[in-house]
Amino acid sequence: MAETKPKPKIQKEAVPIPKQKPEDRRNNFNEVALGYTEKQALAEANRCLQCPKPQCIQGCPVEIEIPAFIKLIREGKFEEAIKKLKDKNSLPAICGRVCPQEEQCQKFCIVGKVGEPVSIGRLERFVADWERAKGVKVSDNSSPKSKKVAIIGAGPAGLTAAADLSKQGHKVVIFEALHLPGGVLVYGIPEFRLPKSIVRAEVDYIEKLGVELKLGYLIGRTHTIPELLKERGFDAVFIGTGAGLPAFMNVPGENLGGIYSANEFLIRVNLMKSYAFPAYDTPIRIGKHVVVIGGGNVAMDSARSALRLGAEQVCIVYRRSREELPARKEEIENAEEEGILCKFLAAPTRFIGDEKGWVKAMECICMELGPPDESGRRRPVPVKGSEFVMDVDTVIVAIGRTPNPIIQSTTEGLAVTKWGTIVTDENGKTSIAGVYAGGDIVTGEATVISAMGAGKKAAKAIHQYLMKT
Amino acid sequence: MYKILVTKELAPKVKLFEVAAPEIAEKAKPGQFIILIIGKTGERIPLTITGYDRKKGTISFVFNEVGKTTKQLGLMEEGECIETITGPLGNSSEIRNFGNVLCIGGGVMIAPMFLQVQALKEAGNKVTTVIGARIKDLLFFEDEMKAHSDKLYVTTDDGSKGYKGLDFLGKILAKEKFDHCVAMGPVVMMKNICEKTKPFGLRTIVTLTPIMVDGMGMCGVCRVTVAGKMKFACVDGPEFDGHAVDFDGLIKRQRLFLPEERLSSLLWEKLGGCTCGGN
Ligand SMILES: Cc1cc2nc3c(=O)[nH]c(=O)nc-3n(C[C@H](O)[C@H](O)[C@H](O)COP(=O)(O)OP(=O)(O)OC[C@H]3O[C@@H](n4cnc5c(N)ncnc54)[C@H](O)[C@@H]3O)c2cc1C
Ligand SMILES: Cc1cc2nc3c(=O)[nH]c(=O)nc-3n(C[C@H](O)[C@H](O)[C@H](O)COP(=O)(O)OP(=O)(O)OC[C@H]3O[C@@H](n4cnc5c(N)ncnc54)[C@H](O)[C@@H]3O)c2cc1C
Ligand code: SF4
Ligand code: SF4
Ligand code: FES
Repeated sequence: MAETKPKPKIQKEAVPIPKQKPEDRRNNFNEVALGYTEKQALAEANRCLQCPKPQCIQGCPVEIEIPAFIKLIREGKFEEAIKKLKDKNSLPAICGRVCPQEEQCQKFCIVGKVGEPVSIGRLERFVADWERAKGVKVSDNSSPKSKKVAIIGAGPAGLTAAADLSKQGHKVVIFEALHLPGGVLVYGIPEFRLPKSIVRAEVDYIEKLGVELKLGYLIGRTHTIPELLKERGFDAVFIGTGAGLPAFMNVPGENLGGIYSANEFLIRVNLMKSYAFPAYDTPIRIGKHVVVIGGGNVAMDSARSALRLGAEQVCIVYRRSREELPARKEEIENAEEEGILCKFLAAPTRFIGDEKGWVKAMECICMELGPPDESGRRRPVPVKGSEFVMDVDTVIVAIGRTPNPIIQSTTEGLAVTKWGTIVTDENGKTSIAGVYAGGDIVTGEATVISAMGAGKKAAKAIHQYLMKT
Repeated sequence: MYKILVTKELAPKVKLFEVAAPEIAEKAKPGQFIILIIGKTGERIPLTITGYDRKKGTISFVFNEVGKTTKQLGLMEEGECIETITGPLGNSSEIRNFGNVLCIGGGVMIAPMFLQVQALKEAGNKVTTVIGARIKDLLFFEDEMKAHSDKLYVTTDDGSKGYKGLDFLGKILAKEKFDHCVAMGPVVMMKNICEKTKPFGLRTIVTLTPIMVDGMGMCGVCRVTVAGKMKFACVDGPEFDGHAVDFDGLIKRQRLFLPEERLSSLLWEKLGGCTCGGN
């Protein structure tokens, strides 16, 4: 028998990330995952095989040179590592925390074939946090401001496009309808998963690049896109307005008190900080028995927030089974550790109120899984006569969000699909010259990193367009 | 930052503010509203636009001091700044020559009704106006309304001035044919008016004021049932056909946070009632 070459020794287990204990964290809004120490980061970076043909990169929507930045961590060159990351991703501290890595970069990692994949996201977070702690430097950006670009929406898509265009030397103004920048990063994803100070730091960085931020401007009302182009001197516009319109179920009793859309609930808690009521003025009321309808990230975030606001019991009601839960695996585990309950294969049919108009019970029907639907997942089918009633006093409806419609209805000539998303080519170009779009407003609900990827592509196309005109 | 240029007390606890907001002034139309935040820890509250001066770059609104935020706002002085104002929000009113119109403004909403009355008059309508309040001290803009209306009626809940209650409306409606009616005021009053105009088939446009947070269609707290369908008052309204509105549902939803609102107001008063709003 021929001698085989000794294989490189693979460390099968990933270095675990330190976390707040479940019994502590269910009582506070502080970040759950605490981040690697330098030593832990080095150990994890050493698990990377530095593949000559790295598979991981294809899983990253912005094509970060993953082995290269990991190598720099190994060598202790954090300054260079962050530069490498920022070449492709202007918001690494955020992506390292909220990217569904198990579906993206880490899904393709070779080490994942024999053990746990390299924790690319955690390493990304480590470097970004290291840089923030030290103080972010902005490279000199004194090139003349040649053209003027308006960015609509300060979510990940808009922020990324703004950063890239500003780096190209254009004068960039972001118009954001809310009073704080960040989009879903500030109004949706809770503090315990993405501290708002991190979003603020990333926005500060973008402002330092010379981007002007105008808050409280609802485009379509305060100004319209044709006005921005014709009267306000903008040469191009990027639309990154996201998918923020809450869906309801259209079942009887949905207008009862105590029934929130996930958006209302999360906007109150995150954007308006009602967890700190009455120090902050916006109230929230949470009962003893909370149910959350849905199974995505939004449902998990709502459930875990409700728990932290003092609910005795929080139960997720999902119409498919555990296998189909669309939320990130890590977040499902976190939720279960904290004591969130799940009721699978059930959907509400009606809400029952008390004499004051508050919800007191919810009638559900059981489901079974039929053949797959368009999304490829098995379609839930109601089981006749299987209705049951649950006592509830708070309901959070997290069954999906559709595109914000105001731009589409106030911009003549803008091509829109029947779902209300904006039609673009692969570079984000819309049906109007000089107007580009990207992120959830084009794809429907997706991810932070895909919105950033779209912002990047559009910024490149906008720059090319501006250089030609 | 939006600077307060003029403050005026129109009636006890009813104040008019004129603020510098040139970009909003440029676009504002009757029927639209703004959302303001006083300071960093503040809540977002909706108020109807009661006037705008595109040349001066100002807008005005009138508010009733009912809870923490409006009381705090009421203490602010000329020269001070409001942190954020977003607008104009919502759809503007339909203003055209309908013929003979009936305009009814109640309580603090007399102020935005004045803007409608002027616009409807300018569009060539014959305008009959009704202003109402709980008691006579809370009435305002009587002379202004008179100057812009063909006819003015005054009513109070307690009869301290003009007609007592809204029953006289029935008689007016029986006597005269109107082509269009707009009503703004407390929900109970609008409900009452709609019950009176319905038998006459008089289309009645009401302004709905549910609780709001973002005011741009993202949260759904402002949902109301109109003609059996769920509508978001901030983007689908705030004006709706009053004969199709589920007023009782709206009244219940307006009270959702009553205990918290009381607590907030009480605590703030106990702490001496500052105006900084967390700045
Ligand atoms: C609760 C929750 C949890 C999530 N968790 C994750 C996660 O863990 N990982 C992940 O990858 N993704 C997650 N997502 C999805 C992700 O946040 C979105 O896909 C992403 O934020 C989309 O970015 P965007 O820039 O397209 O839009 P958004 O983030 O929605 O930003 C759009 C911005 O535009 C503003 N705007 C809208 N209309 C106008 C207008 N007319 N004028 C001016 N401004 C306007 C909005 O106020 C908003 O600030 C989550 C989403 C939610 C709601
Ligand atoms: C589209 C719209 C336009 C409005 N225009 C005006 C206006 O021009 N002038 C004005 O004074 N008010 C107006 N309102 C109502 C105003 O927004 C509320 O009075 C304000 O939010 C109260 O805030 P607060 O913190 O002072 O009181 P809170 O502490 O929130 O409430 C105190 C009391 O006011 C009642 N209240 C709370 N919210 C509302 C509401 N939305 N409508 C009616 N009563 C309410 C509560 O039941 C409670 O009893 C409007 C509301 C909407 C939705
Ligand atoms: S941005 Fe997201 S997908 Fe790309 S490498 Fe980082 S964690 Fe992975
Ligand atoms: S596939 Fe995995 S092991 Fe290979 S370079 Fe990428 S992260 Fe490293
Ligand atoms: S106020 Fe949030 S949707 Fe209308």
